[in-house]
Amino acid sequence: MVFTHTPSEKSDLLEKSAVQGRSLWDDALARLLRNKAAVASMVILGILVFLAFIGPLLWVHESGEIYRDRVQMPPTWDNWHIFGTDAQGRDMFARTLVGLRMSLLVGVVATAVSLIIGVVWGATAGFLGGRVDQIMMRIVDILYALPFIFFVIILMVVFGRNIILIFVAIGAVEWLTMARIVRGQTISLRSMEFVEAAQAAGASQAAIIRRHIVPNVLGPVVVYVTLTIPVVILAESFLSFLGLGVQEPLTSLGNLIANGARDMEIANWTLFFPAATMMLTLFCFNFIGDGLRDAIDPKDR
Amino acid sequence: MIGYIARRLLVAVPTVLIVITVAFFMMRLAPGGPFDLEQAMPEQIRQNIMAAYGMDQPVWKQYLDYLAGLVRGDLGPSLKFRDKDVADIISEGFPVSATIGLLSIALALMVGSVLGSIAALRQNTSADFGVVGFATIGIVIPPFVVGPVLSLVVGIYLGWLPSGGLDPRLGMTVDRLILPVATLALPQIAIISRLMRASMIEVIRSNYIRTARAKGLSGPAVIVRHAMRSAILPLVSYIGPAAAALLTGSIVIEQVFSLPGIGRQFVFAALQRDYTVVMGVVILYASLIIMLNLIADLLYAALNPKVKYD
Repeated sequence: MVFTHTPSEKSDLLEKSAVQGRSLWDDALARLLRNKAAVASMVILGILVFLAFIGPLLWVHESGEIYRDRVQMPPTWDNWHIFGTDAQGRDMFARTLVGLRMSLLVGVVATAVSLIIGVVWGATAGFLGGRVDQIMMRIVDILYALPFIFFVIILMVVFGRNIILIFVAIGAVEWLTMARIVRGQTISLRSMEFVEAAQAAGASQAAIIRRHIVPNVLGPVVVYVTLTIPVVILAESFLSFLGLGVQEPLTSLGNLIANGARDMEIANWTLFFPAATMMLTLFCFNFIGDGLRDAIDPKDR
Repeated sequence: MIGYIARRLLVAVPTVLIVITVAFFMMRLAPGGPFDLEQAMPEQIRQNIMAAYGMDQPVWKQYLDYLAGLVRGDLGPSLKFRDKDVADIISEGFPVSATIGLLSIALALMVGSVLGSIAALRQNTSADFGVVGFATIGIVIPPFVVGPVLSLVVGIYLGWLPSGGLDPRLGMTVDRLILPVATLALPQIAIISRLMRASMIEVIRSNYIRTARAKGLSGPAVIVRHAMRSAILPLVSYIGPAAAALLTGSIVIEQVFSLPGIGRQFVFAALQRDYTVVMGVVILYASLIIMLNLIADLLYAALNPKVKYD
């Protein structure tokens, strides 16, 4: 009965039945929402993001304001120094929020940089195939073996600790795995039966890309993006901890942890709160990433 | 096999050369040289200093001179310590860094493979969940948090171990190495126990293990003699990434515990813009990582009969 349809009618039929059925993403969303750790992480991360971006505007203390008479006060309700104050007499709660904001910004921007480079590189290699693909992936293999963080450090040393440079440099380090994933997906999808079936059914090139290629590449990419953000946050904090990252008056969680580690014998709260905030953030991203992976690719469990 | 080794070496040598070249020209791109002080220097003195360090030559000549020096094992003079060469600085720090690194990887391999095997053999029990939970924590918490916290709690509050530094008379003693080695090893223990768990689970489900049990071998003999052997294969290919992670981690560890290793000198040099030291360390680390990756691949190929040398 299907064989009596003309190709264009048939593709319409495919289109309709796909819309009526449960899509890949509905399924994935349902599985994700059943994952308690991932849902809890999303809620906590939502609160953290809100606090980091809106909190500094509402909080009673400015992150840079110095109270000379309130140096290294332990956490107290007096004057709302709930996280205490640091060695300069600045409110630790305000500073932790601002530091978290910087870390999240670096995480998102640097991951976006790595996403762009990785997708373009991987898709080009996978799409062109043959010799070009071989050379491009050989380059990725070689770069994999290099200690990239050292090149980021050289960049920081040579060009000064510029915030934009940190974003781009860290992003430029983390694109290799992304390129591999995208290339692998592109190659395997090109020869997939359902893509051939869609072609045979007369679906247009644009429709194939929209309905079949993009959703299938998107899954692993989204998962990997969620798992790259914490890695990038860690890389920035590593640099800042060594004094090679974000510079005063800007601050990040890595900076705060470094200062806290310096003062920890007399003021352990200056280490505890930034460290706890960072760990909470990293846990959230990891649980969400794992949950997404299980949800999007159930056969991997 | 020999052809495979030769091909791998043929790739490794240019890779090291690329590292050297990129590092060299990045340094030369720097706006402002290492001798720029707050006060303006008389032009004649500046020129004399530049000439003394060979910086008045054209860049390509400096590059070739540097390469020629490298072949002789000469990494050039430090720009900040007038009486020291880069090679001196590296060889002072190397014993400390190498000791910490080797002890950490040994500890990580032992603890990680045992934990991973236990988790795999008792899959879905509380022991398994304990190991997986520990591994997640170990991977997520960075060394620059674990280090200060350990040194604060164990070193200062409890007073069980020194919180940092080396005794100048005794050098590296066990009590002063425990905390740094544990901190550096923790993430690797976590990763290795995950890898081990996954590969062990796969191995004990395979047919030859069932055969070994069927022919009446005891449980431990099957695990130790048959399962372990192929389960550690993924660990071998992890040697390369582990080396990179340890070298990066050691920079933080040496900073946190004030140990006089290469990592600490590297950070100091980076903050002081001592270009030649920074470059020397990067070249050393890159060569080490490339070499260890090569060794890991060769070892993997030697241990795994399924690998084809193409």
